[in-house]
Amino acid sequence: MSNIPYIVEERPDTGLNNSKLGIWIFLASEVMLFGGLFSAYVFLRIAATGHPDGDFDYWGSKLNVPMATFNTLVLITSSVTMVMSWASLKMQQFEKYKMYLGITILCALAFLVVKYFEYTSKFHHDIYPSTSTFMGIYFTLTGLHVLHIIGGLLVLVFFWSSRADKMWEEDQELLTNRIEMTGLYWHFVDLVWIFLFPILYLL
Amino acid sequence: MSNKSHDSIEHHIKTYINVFIALAFLTVITVAVSYLKVSFIEAFFIAITIATIKGSLVLGFFMHLISERQAIIWILATTFIAFLILLFIPLISLTDSTGLW
Repeated sequence: MSNIPYIVEERPDTGLNNSKLGIWIFLASEVMLFGGLFSAYVFLRIAATGHPDGDFDYWGSKLNVPMATFNTLVLITSSVTMVMSWASLKMQQFEKYKMYLGITILCALAFLVVKYFEYTSKFHHDIYPSTSTFMGIYFTLTGLHVLHIIGGLLVLVFFWSSRADKMWEEDQELLTNRIEMTGLYWHFVDLVWIFLFPILYLL
Repeated sequence: MSNKSHDSIEHHIKTYINVFIALAFLTVITVAVSYLKVSFIEAFFIAITIATIKGSLVLGFFMHLISERQAIIWILATTFIAFLILLFIPLISLTDSTGLW
């Protein structure tokens, strides 16, 4: 199906296919993107000490820990169902793949719904990114993370659609490879949340 | 991960379930220890340690890093060093200007 070389088969020089090398380099750039913002959080927290708007403990206590804990569990569940969907394809079980990917999509939607309620609850209390230093970095970090969830969700829905059925009929190995790459991205989004959760909600 | 046999994948699935249980358990632990009466520095190190363990589980098992090629490991090692530079070089300038440490 694909005329691009080394998309599924391994290159002899790197020992990897280009899809995998490409997604890992992309994820490395994502580490730097979120890393820069984590770094900004550390500096803001240090520099804001003593400033009237810089009370991280006070503004941090405005966040909803049970909702965020629920969202953490939802994302962890989505990660395991994502890897199970890939494993199902490896075992030639296309129906199971669709089921696990469907659960992953539901988890992504559940995460977004909870986040929507979290954000609107803040807005109803007149809390915005401009309200305090903490809220500025909170909305920036979680907003960027939500954009990543939305981006991933679009890809997940594409691979759950009838297009995936056609792809499975045409080239099983290619679809399996694409789901592995999608999974790497999705696990990364989970990984970012694993660090965001304690830093923003618990400290 | 391209030529795994059916049995091998089934063995992996058991590992995925165990990792999921460990991640859920560690999430509960993270929330529980946040209620401990400790200093910020202690709370920070506890939270970051648990998050690092959880992150390692996701990287190692869900993202298959434990069985991945050296090229990927080197890309990530380089990124991690770049992240530390990103974090610490401005930190040095901050301490320099405020005399905090």
